[in-house]
Amino acid sequence: MRVKVDPDKCEGHNRCCALAPELFDVDDYGTATALNDGIVPPELEEKAKLAVQNCPEYAIEFVNE
Amino acid sequence: MGTNPPVNDWSSDYDIFDEDYVRDPSPVWEELRTKCPIAHTERWGGSWMPTKYADLQAFARMVPALSSKNVLVVSQKREEIEFDPVLAEYGAAVPPITSDPPEHVPMRRLLLPLFTPKATEAHRPFTEALCHKLIDRFIDNGACDAALDYAVHIPAKTIAHVIGVDEERTDEFVGWIRGVLEEGNTDLEKRNKYNRILRQFFGELVDERKVEPQDDLISHLLAQEINGQPVARKAVIGMCNLLLVAGIDTTWSSIGSALLHFAIHPDHRRRLTREPDLFPLAIEEMLRVYAPVTMARQVTEEVHTSGVTFKPGDKILMNFPAANLDPEAFEDADKVILDREKNRHIAFGIGPHRCAGSNLARMEMDVALRVWFERIPEFELMDPDAVTWAGGQVRGPRNLPFRFPSPA
Repeated sequence: MRVKVDPDKCEGHNRCCALAPELFDVDDYGTATALNDGIVPPELEEKAKLAVQNCPEYAIEFVNE
Repeated sequence: MGTNPPVNDWSSDYDIFDEDYVRDPSPVWEELRTKCPIAHTERWGGSWMPTKYADLQAFARMVPALSSKNVLVVSQKREEIEFDPVLAEYGAAVPPITSDPPEHVPMRRLLLPLFTPKATEAHRPFTEALCHKLIDRFIDNGACDAALDYAVHIPAKTIAHVIGVDEERTDEFVGWIRGVLEEGNTDLEKRNKYNRILRQFFGELVDERKVEPQDDLISHLLAQEINGQPVARKAVIGMCNLLLVAGIDTTWSSIGSALLHFAIHPDHRRRLTREPDLFPLAIEEMLRVYAPVTMARQVTEEVHTSGVTFKPGDKILMNFPAANLDPEAFEDADKVILDREKNRHIAFGIGPHRCAGSNLARMEMDVALRVWFERIPEFELMDPDAVTWAGGQVRGPRNLPFRFPSPA
């Protein structure tokens, strides 16, 4: 499982970073990035789902490979 | 408040200062959402009030057609501001909340690094110690006013600490910002009076720091540049003013609303005590259901949208609190679900003006509730009729008489 942040949509609510700090970081201006190339280890899948479902900007999505 | 004629038709004649509406606006929003999702009124200078999540998401991004220059519903004439000697000296704008492009982003970028999750976490020990100190003062009485003895002090003293102004003067600061945002929301003379006090206070402080910089936020802002130029003195005064005004009433309201919710919902209260891991999701749910802030925008160019036409000069209420209760955007929108997993609430707004202090507010709420629950897990509202509300553009309880078992 992988997640991707669209930096053009992200407006810096930082909800992802608050809910899943293991998976997301934010820069000085609040723009989020997925850590570790977006790879979600199985034990963090629930948290990744929360991050996706709580983003007010719809900026995070799961990517299929 | 309450001095205006009663409202008969909320879709064409709403009154955001109506007493019943201030106490609980959700039935009005529910009715409007199905009947007339974008209501209009001529009251208080006239404005539009959207109630649907999708509309708010869209309107907040219509920049600069919907300008932020004027974020209050009841506004002052421009010439009155220009001819006021205090405002002429110290400025009247509060950047970046009242900024439009192109100056908005650079202004905002000066403040954002001060409010990242990491930067705000650094203030957690201060807020934690403060919450314990506040509770120490009243816990033996078995009763308190949770709004006045607890909630208000948390954002007031924390933001004073962040800005680096005298924490002993927070009662005064609270008086000033209530003068601007609560009494002053409809009473321009009052708003002016307190705006002048605030401007003068920060103006003198900024001028002192200009001469003698210290290791604090004001000196930091004065040392910054925009496009190679030092930040204007009036802009720094305005930003400090904004931090104080936006940092107190809002979070006070959120902490108070959450405490009230848990006082009157014992099942939720006990669940949170049993399952403290729920705090982060529960806090977001409190923010969704009791979102306190409704900023305004002013139309600068005609916009046809969602079946209405906004004309230049019109005011639009950014009714984020109503958007958060829209059943089209939230499952069981009218229910409080502490562990709600899908919660794209916009209590902190959306679009380029998303609240810059959201991480600080979230930290303050988290500490305020955790410390309260740790020290006072069981509490109840003494007299529902004694609860008072501030409303209009920042809504929250201002008196919360609670009682609780005092420790043996």
